[in-house]
Amino acid sequence: MKIESLDPRISRAGIDENTQDGELKVMDHFQTYEVFEQKKRGTHHVHVGSVHAPNSELAMMFAKEQYTRRGQCVNLWVVKTSEIFVTEYEDADIFENTATKLHRDPNSYKVMDRIKAYKERQKNNA
Amino acid sequence: MEFTDKHVLGLKDLLYRMADDLLILGHRNSEWTGLGPILEEDIAFSSMAQDKIGQSLALYEILHELGESEPDTVAFTRNAEQFHSCHLVELPIGEYDFSLVRHFFFDHQSALRIEMLTETVVEPLQMVARKFRGEIKYHTMHADSWLKQLALGSEEAKIRMQQAINETFPYALGMFESSEFETELIEAGIFGGEAQLKETWLRVISEKLNNFGYTMPDIETTEPILGGRKGVHTEFLQPLLDEMTEVFSIDPSADW
Repeated sequence: MKIESLDPRISRAGIDENTQDGELKVMDHFQTYEVFEQKKRGTHHVHVGSVHAPNSELAMMFAKEQYTRRGQCVNLWVVKTSEIFVTEYEDADIFENTATKLHRDPNSYKVMDRIKAYKERQKNNA
Repeated sequence: MEFTDKHVLGLKDLLYRMADDLLILGHRNSEWTGLGPILEEDIAFSSMAQDKIGQSLALYEILHELGESEPDTVAFTRNAEQFHSCHLVELPIGEYDFSLVRHFFFDHQSALRIEMLTETVVEPLQMVARKFRGEIKYHTMHADSWLKQLALGSEEAKIRMQQAINETFPYALGMFESSEFETELIEAGIFGGEAQLKETWLRVISEKLNNFGYTMPDIETTEPILGGRKGVHTEFLQPLLDEMTEVFSIDPSADW
């Protein structure tokens, strides 16, 4: 029996009801690429998601339609997911002290007062 | 230069060719939506199909300004013999090899035509051409990437692509069927003409096909498949129109 569907495209395709075609094995999938989008020149590229693709050129083609068809974009990066080196979540304790190291926070600098005063002047002059 | 009736007829014919090609191929390519080879490609191909329909709308709007009916009326109420589309865009989607080759042949033609029209004396057409230039450039990049990739793929991929190229080529030549107003279009600076476009297109695609590792079909021994521009169509166009207008026809006066 052929599959009959309300969608004329499916009926036209004449697919057998018992077909096993189209079943994917793990190795049938393309590798993934991570996509980074730059909204304006001079700003950072920001990670927006990933795409499956056979090579970086097609990854770029897919990324363009996948992530930039709404909204502004001036530049795209794609990077093979496997090429990104990541920390392990079990090592997350290496970040634990960061929050308490106030001397690394720019707010601690004495110069902040002068910066604030400067900004204030700029605002008043404007 | 003052336009005569013949200039206006020639311009309308040019606009109908372009708009009808885009509408029909846009509809055809949208038949892949949900059935594409992988999710990312499905989205990209569907999105480009949508772009084509959008481009056709912009051209039908110029026709409307020239005194033709509303875009929806023109798109959804004409019969096959009133369409100016070429046979290439009417053919069913077939397998993905054919759809990709059609995409490659058609979109390079579209890009080159639009490029020529960025200099047309017809201002609204010039604006449309400049607006869609980038969009169409992406379409050609997408087509090139796939043709290149499949030439480097398995032996089966390469054989199937070459076969699709050979079989599609005579239909592709039908895109450049000359208009009876070629001289008027050229002399008035409306459009450089189908012959010039065809020559540029042949140069571009033969260079690309050779670079990718395919064999360019022999132009000397290929008989172009013509008729579409004069309202003579394949058996595939009317069923496509029936399907495309099915919902519209239920209530043509409905407000969407």
